[in-house]
Amino acid sequence: MFRFVVRRLAGMVLVLFVVSLLVFLIFNVVPNSPPAQRLAGKNATPELVKSIEEEWGFDQSLPQQYVTMMKKVFTGELIQYSPRIPVDERIKEGIPATFSLSIGAGIIWLSFGLILGYLAATRAGGRLDRILTGVAIAGISIPVFLLAPILIYFLTYKLEIFPNGGYVGLTEDPWEWLTHMILPWFTLAVLSIGFYSRVLRSNMLDVMNEDYVRTARAKGLSERRVMTRHVLRNSLIPIVTLFGLDFGATIAGTAIITEVLYNIDGIGLYAAESIAKFELPPIMGVTLYGAFFVVFVNALVDIAYAYLDPRVRLGGSAR
Amino acid sequence: MSPAPLLSVRDLRVAFATEAGRLQAVDGVSFDLRPGEVLAIVGESGSGKSVTAQTIIALTRSNNARIEGSVKLGGEELLEASDATMRRLRGERIGMVFQDPMTSLNPVYRIGNQIVEAIRAHQGSVGKEEARQRVVELFEAVGIPDPERRVDAYPHEFSGGMRQRAMIAMALALEPEVLIADEPTTALDVTIQAQILRLLEDLNRERGLATILITHDLGVVAEVADRVLVMYAGKVVEQGTLDEIFYDPQHPYTWGLIGSLTRLDRPRPHRLPQIAGSPPSLLDLPEGCPFRPRCPHEFSKCPQLPGLEARLPDAADHRDRCWLTPERKREKRQVEGQIGLEAPQQVPRP
Repeated sequence: MFRFVVRRLAGMVLVLFVVSLLVFLIFNVVPNSPPAQRLAGKNATPELVKSIEEEWGFDQSLPQQYVTMMKKVFTGELIQYSPRIPVDERIKEGIPATFSLSIGAGIIWLSFGLILGYLAATRAGGRLDRILTGVAIAGISIPVFLLAPILIYFLTYKLEIFPNGGYVGLTEDPWEWLTHMILPWFTLAVLSIGFYSRVLRSNMLDVMNEDYVRTARAKGLSERRVMTRHVLRNSLIPIVTLFGLDFGATIAGTAIITEVLYNIDGIGLYAAESIAKFELPPIMGVTLYGAFFVVFVNALVDIAYAYLDPRVRLGGSAR
Repeated sequence: MSPAPLLSVRDLRVAFATEAGRLQAVDGVSFDLRPGEVLAIVGESGSGKSVTAQTIIALTRSNNARIEGSVKLGGEELLEASDATMRRLRGERIGMVFQDPMTSLNPVYRIGNQIVEAIRAHQGSVGKEEARQRVVELFEAVGIPDPERRVDAYPHEFSGGMRQRAMIAMALALEPEVLIADEPTTALDVTIQAQILRLLEDLNRERGLATILITHDLGVVAEVADRVLVMYAGKVVEQGTLDEIFYDPQHPYTWGLIGSLTRLDRPRPHRLPQIAGSPPSLLDLPEGCPFRPRCPHEFSKCPQLPGLEARLPDAADHRDRCWLTPERKREKRQVEGQIGLEAPQQVPRP
């Protein structure tokens, strides 16, 4: 198990290296215009462009340029130029809000997805199953940019239950934090709740036909124990994979729309503003940050996977 | 007088409602099983033997299943028992071993824990350590080497034969009175098959375990069975003692099964013998005898279903479902040598 973890983390470093290379190529090499001009922003003075060109060493060889870029990223010298603010500072500022949003939404969609999927699977074909199917499809179909305004209109303006957007730090005021987060959480989670409950339901129905489930019944286990210990446990394996991908992606940028709609000052909002203002360094920084979390969360998922399924631990050799 | 039957099945009928129509998987099966006895149920795929076995422990109960008849275990009617009663009974009084040990164990749990789970589900007062110790003893009893270490292995770390031994250990964990083995050797190598059969035989002898052995392999039957039930298309077509079935088979289907055995003490046939055709669809059974379309001896009475009767004067328990008189059967068996099959062509010896 230990060796598996080490191997997986080493793989993660390799993937991140490749991602950083791609970012370098896409941002600095491929576009057919002077890179310094683009980094400087829309209304830059010629002096600024000149200084950027020297700072980033755009007259040097490509490998040298890559090294310079990565040095800037790691030492916090990646800077947005109008106004001059270090990118990593803005990302750090945005992390509490983005993490509050993503982690909360992740917990909500995973727990609701599992509960609803379990209920639907154990009552497959029944009335509850049909109702849950309808709800899940509605949840999957409704786009975030439609759901959020509807929720804000009814629950914030009409009924005045929830505050109107913004973010309050957890350490400042936990209650305010909670009330500010509930709507964004559900907005972000609704799609995944529907999707996860569907996936779990069909996984469980598949697993129910497995021979070892019949064995479990033949042992005289209660139906609930057969369902939870044998069916659910084996159905969770694909769910964990899915959750890793989705959760990584949420931290890395799926939350952009939700953050903008609820005016939550996180990394997604920062990215959206930077894109609107055509600020290249922040976009570069946010891209690398996002890639890191997608890869990191997926490494964690693989480790969780090995815990759930002993056959994975041995690598390819086990059948 | 033979002892009272432990398990008594009477006129068991199991039908499933399917999209294509009503499917009568088991159609009037009756038998008795006495303590210490091995009863073999033989038949091709789809003959209803597994459904019969699973119905005994109520694993076939579902909304689309219709189950009629009677299954009595020590006088207690099982078909009408509640789900909770059946749950207690499974494992505790009737153990079951399934066909494919590769898929019958849960891949994500240690084998020992899967057996501990069975013990503790029935005997809540047994501690984890004590249950584990019992599993070690069981592993020893079923011939798993190094049991102390092997109880903590995962299924993928076991070979097929070892997994089947573990399955048998699981079925025996609560010392049931009846063991149902559903094709326990089908998925195994021939050498391992022999070991597993020997194990079942020993357990049967040592523990007085009443065993139902389900198989399509008459070689297996010949090794261990006391009595044999031959099933075809959900019906019992012949039943009797092992000797009666092997030395004086009455039903042409049984002749076919016996004729299909490859024998090393006979000249090698040009082609392996087989029963022509394939079993009928249970959704579209022929009128009368279900074996009629494949039977080379069909005659005018066959469109009517013959009863399961003793037709021989000296063997009251040897019953069959064939209209032919015992004399006619003997004639036909002798004339063709291996009746019911293509006439075997012999390979000229060099």
